[in-house]
Amino acid sequence: MSQLQWWASESFWRKTAIWVTAGSFVVLIVLTLDSMSAITAGGTRVPAYSVINHRIDYVFDEKRNFQVPVIGVEEPLFGKTLTEAEAKALVSRGKLTTQAKNCMNCHTLLGNGAYYAPDLTKSWLDPSWGSKEVREQQMVDFLMNPQDRLHNGLGRRMPNLGITGDEARATVAFLKWMASIDTNGFPANFTPIDQSDPPPAEAPADSGSPTQQQGG
Amino acid sequence: MAMPGTLDSANLNGGQKLAVKYFSVAVALFGAQIVFGLLAGLQYLNPDFLYGVLDFSVNRMVHINAMIVWLLFGFIGSSYWLLEDEAGIPVVGLKLGNLIFWVFTLAVAVVVVVYLLVQVGPGDQSSIWLINEGREYIEAPRWADIGIVVCVLVFFFNVAATFAKGRYTGIGGVLTLDLIALFGIYLAGMFYTPNISVDQYWWWWVIHLWVEATWEVLVGCLMAYGLMQTLGVRRKIVETWLYIEVALMFGSGILGLGHHYFWIGTPEYWFTIGGFFSALEPIPLVAMVVHSVFDSGTHNMKNNNHPALAWIIAHAFGNFFGAGVWGFMHTLPQINLYTHGTQWSASHGHFAFFGAYATLVIAFFYLALQKWRGNVWMSGGLAGAWKWKWALGLLNLGMIGMVMAMLVSGYEQSQIERAIEGSSWVGYFVAQAHPWFAQGMWWRQVFGWMFAAGFVLLVWDLLTLGRSERRPAQVHSEPGVH
Repeated sequence: MSQLQWWASESFWRKTAIWVTAGSFVVLIVLTLDSMSAITAGGTRVPAYSVINHRIDYVFDEKRNFQVPVIGVEEPLFGKTLTEAEAKALVSRGKLTTQAKNCMNCHTLLGNGAYYAPDLTKSWLDPSWGSKEVREQQMVDFLMNPQDRLHNGLGRRMPNLGITGDEARATVAFLKWMASIDTNGFPANFTPIDQSDPPPAEAPADSGSPTQQQGG
Repeated sequence: MAMPGTLDSANLNGGQKLAVKYFSVAVALFGAQIVFGLLAGLQYLNPDFLYGVLDFSVNRMVHINAMIVWLLFGFIGSSYWLLEDEAGIPVVGLKLGNLIFWVFTLAVAVVVVVYLLVQVGPGDQSSIWLINEGREYIEAPRWADIGIVVCVLVFFFNVAATFAKGRYTGIGGVLTLDLIALFGIYLAGMFYTPNISVDQYWWWWVIHLWVEATWEVLVGCLMAYGLMQTLGVRRKIVETWLYIEVALMFGSGILGLGHHYFWIGTPEYWFTIGGFFSALEPIPLVAMVVHSVFDSGTHNMKNNNHPALAWIIAHAFGNFFGAGVWGFMHTLPQINLYTHGTQWSASHGHFAFFGAYATLVIAFFYLALQKWRGNVWMSGGLAGAWKWKWALGLLNLGMIGMVMAMLVSGYEQSQIERAIEGSSWVGYFVAQAHPWFAQGMWWRQVFGWMFAAGFVLLVWDLLTLGRSERRPAQVHSEPGVH
């Protein structure tokens, strides 16, 4: 057998494996510490839970070149302004409900989950709820009794999961809060529900698609 | 010792007797995975099918959980399988290992029964402690999480103590360190937070650092052992390759985690880090293909277990295409913005889990079967060989068919739902109703049945292969040039 080259030796690769693994892991830890500070509620990328007291929009940002959440005027959920602690408790109840009802095995949340039902990342802003005046109640009613509501032309329906009124309201709070997370423009090209203030005419109550299907 | 061909536990060492128990449960759960996958697939075609009885969410949860658990059982079984061979001594603490096997199996059965009968609970902590945690892949309720940790600690004790008392080979050393990482990471998924960004951050530590790092290194160990067993490759060769694979795998996979951090609220620097390192992730998989094909060629394909080697080669290519190519295709943020959470992900998920993991565990089933039947002949001219060949063909073609069908649906979905309609509720259903999407779901079902037929044949083969064979296994000839 010819003499073994250093790059083909077992010990060289063993040492490389150890150093590369350790090095990568250290970098991951450092980045994790930084990311954690950014995504803690109230951090630079994930708003505090009391953001649900405000209007949340999703607007194109010229500088970043994608849509970003914009926190607007005070617009309390179900007409009640909450403290940070109350808001956290409500959002947490909603999050627990989404886990206990196994939402993630049909829907995606922040794009993760199953693909049998629509993504929920911006569901708070979805035009299908009609108008912003009726949205909250529509969402609660839907969550409590989804089985006999019109969903789509496919016949795919959300089952009745025994969600109570309190759980439904908490879930809506969780969904509203989730819509405020800075997701780097995901989902792209999303047209939010019209949330502008009424002034002249009444807000249109149509629930049609934001854009028509292109081609065929 | 009984005549070759007769199934006799006396042919196995202590660790291997335990391994075949794990393998038996793994096969049963593999079957459950397929059944619930077929049910969920049918619901795409007929949404009223089992509506309100076994909803899609339940079927899908059992489908993916059965997969995780059968692969884990397969890995644990495979580790016990090679343990005494590698360490050179009987397994330390085998009685405890046996007891834990029954505890683990019982716990899995209880979890599945609760999934099927209770399904969902009220929106409070009791549900995630007792029913299901509602987090994809790690849905097991918290009590079961704790049970899993106890079980794997015992398993880890068996492995580490046996190597420590016997000898640490290269494979043994890598396996032991990898198991520490693999099970340590599981703890990262065992907590509750209302903050979904923080939740998903740590959830990906479990999912990604399992399937794209520690599981890959584990199958690297198994493949090294498998190549020594089937081809008679020298230890120095497989262990050098193993270190190369570990370096490349962890070097790309650990920071490749960043490709899950594009859209969950995490900072923008993950675009660069996740994109770059995950683009490197296919490289170790290329190395594994080169390694296995080169070794097979060096030994002129002369091997003592045709079905096992065939599945090892299927693993090398499946891992490269399923995990490597299919992952790479949509890992860069510029495309992932449109593909994340569509049938693209499903296509990649199916191909990668099957190609990288199911294949190699099946290879170990055949290694086990051969020895269980008294180290029986499993090379050319094996009686009834059509069964393993057809099973191999049907399972692989069925999988590739499903993967391609879902990819077509995924293309359509990312274009129409994502790029054009902007992921609204209406956009989602416009895309789901499109004929191109629907056709994909039909073909996925057709190939799903093909896959299921392959599984039935596989089970039949595992029960019968080598039964009428009386020749002892082929002895490795001296390797040619290497």
